Amino acid sequence: MKKGYFGQWGGAFIPEVLHATFTEFNIAYEAARADSSFWQEYVDLMANYSCRPTPLTFAENLSDHLGGARIYIKREDLNHTGAHKANNVMGQGLLVKRMGKKRVIAETGAGQHGVATATMAARFGFDCTVYMGEEDVARQRPNVFWMEKLGATVVTVTDGSRTLKDAINEAFRDWVTSMDDTHYVMGTVCGPHPFPEMVAWFQSIIGIEVRKQIMEQHGKMPDRVYACVGGGSNAMGIFQGFLEDNDVELIGVEAGGKGIDTDQHASRMVGDRAAAGVAQGYKTMFLQDSDGQMLDTHSIAAGLDYVGVSPILADLGEQGRVRFEAATDVEVLEALTLAMRTEGIIPALESSHAFVQAIKEAPTMFRDQAIIINMSGRGDKDIFTIAHAFDDPSWKDFIIGLAEEYKTK
Amino acid sequence: MNLQQDLQQRLQKKPILLMTHLVLGYPSLETNREVIRQMAENGVDCIELQIPFSEPMADGPVIVKASQDALAGGIRVEDSFAFAEEMVREFPQVNFLFMTYYNIVFRYGLENFIDRSAEIGIKGFIIPDLPPEEGGEYLLLAANSGMAAIMFFTPTSTDERMIEVAGQGSGFIYCVARRGVTGEHTEMDENLAGYLDRCRRATELPLAVGFGITSRKDVAMLEAKADMAVIGTATIKLVDREGADSVGSFIRALAVEG
Repeated sequence: MKKGYFGQWGGAFIPEVLHATFTEFNIAYEAARADSSFWQEYVDLMANYSCRPTPLTFAENLSDHLGGARIYIKREDLNHTGAHKANNVMGQGLLVKRMGKKRVIAETGAGQHGVATATMAARFGFDCTVYMGEEDVARQRPNVFWMEKLGATVVTVTDGSRTLKDAINEAFRDWVTSMDDTHYVMGTVCGPHPFPEMVAWFQSIIGIEVRKQIMEQHGKMPDRVYACVGGGSNAMGIFQGFLEDNDVELIGVEAGGKGIDTDQHASRMVGDRAAAGVAQGYKTMFLQDSDGQMLDTHSIAAGLDYVGVSPILADLGEQGRVRFEAATDVEVLEALTLAMRTEGIIPALESSHAFVQAIKEAPTMFRDQAIIINMSGRGDKDIFTIAHAFDDPSWKDFIIGLAEEYKTK
Repeated sequence: MNLQQDLQQRLQKKPILLMTHLVLGYPSLETNREVIRQMAENGVDCIELQIPFSEPMADGPVIVKASQDALAGGIRVEDSFAFAEEMVREFPQVNFLFMTYYNIVFRYGLENFIDRSAEIGIKGFIIPDLPPEEGGEYLLLAANSGMAAIMFFTPTSTDERMIEVAGQGSGFIYCVARRGVTGEHTEMDENLAGYLDRCRRATELPLAVGFGITSRKDVAMLEAKADMAVIGTATIKLVDREGADSVGSFIRALAVEG
């Protein structure tokens, strides 16, 4: 198969000005991949800096409450910065160090990848610029605050729909000028080759750990594994632990927004609004109109609000290896509430999508069966967004009170 | 006669050719029509008609905004074809090319897009996000229809890469004068001159160069170093500022010694 392709998906549709940069990038990536000491350095760094291996928690109460399969939760929320995003950025940070570059740029949607990149840049001593859509800046102010405090420059992107895809375009525009000293830290398993393959490689640490952990705790392979899918990096991370085990069913849960039959969702693999296309450097299923113009997307979770999906997942979906489902905004809040009340854990809105589907299916399964939910991130850091989503009255009073206080000062 | 031959014939009569650019539907097709008339009547050799795309990754702020506004105005790919057909018929002295991003072509169907373009008299394509490595079928189909597949040289291209890319292209080579996106000015200095020398050595194809050209002086500096000056965002800004009527005198001033 052609390099960088997964079935008919992927590729490297890059402007000529980046040709030399990608040649260099491919060489550095392939050399790192062939060097086992690089992977060891990465594993050691993640153990020392980011609480790896993250636990696999048996959710006994939730399992009893639903009365079906035993539910296990992979705790990516316990990473430094609160999500699996840390894995990818620290891996790329080590690669940037190898390449001798001094500056990193990144796009961010929810702000998660931006914060992770800013911490990585601070730790490695790189300059850092993060591109973020104006709409995301408005709804994710706390993450902008942290990025700036960590020393990154946050650039507000006002083009297009002013969300993640526009931030990616703007990051590419920076890169075509600055490639000599700058690396673009793509946040997910999308974009031109080698990004999908490389980010999947760094995230495979999740799957490697969880495979061992489920054997220790459950004594056999799980029956099903659930992960939310925006770009698809946390899903690819955990799925890679079980790709060869055909008895383990892999389920990717997309953002169903206000319903898959409305025009306010971000589901590429479920529903009929997506079609094959080429944009942002790669070929995949994009939410687009019949002319090929990208559509506006919606999700309660900013991190799932994206027009494209990993070419690797598009292929696994086409092969039937991964089953795709969608969870609506309303279902997500219900699942989040249940997870908090039964287990005392607070999944991010993104991760709560995976919980929705697992909660639907667990009761139909037997007690000796096990399922794993990838809890890709924690929700407590997103208190503004989640409190807003719950339309919590006392929270609103608090914000209004705080605003009054600022006004009078 | 193919595009390369046409350009070489024109170069017998003048030292440098002009290629202009506009975004279809920005600010409207009516304005585009008037702008093209003024360009054509004042000696422009090629016009890039950019079919707007929602994700113009390689473009700078002026064209990004123009593309966005054109799409907000409701232009469809079908409108671009109909309009281009009309322009080709009305101004046979000009070579019209489609500039767009690959998704527009892909979604329309690669073969259909090329056939339809050939049918209406378009001379070639400029697709910045379709490198030769990904464009095998495109290059083959374009060649079979006698359409020019314009390739890019950039300051980061090695000599080997230039030869490789030129071998895949036809019509002319679009020499990007500097890193970065469209619409920024670059000084003609030793670096740029050295780069254009490298471009010249790598190919027999005519060289088109754009670097934020706004004056006759800019164009004159390119003579002998390149074959065609590309005026990109300058006319978009001019039309925004002074209206379509101002384009004729602007082009005339670029084209005439003075």
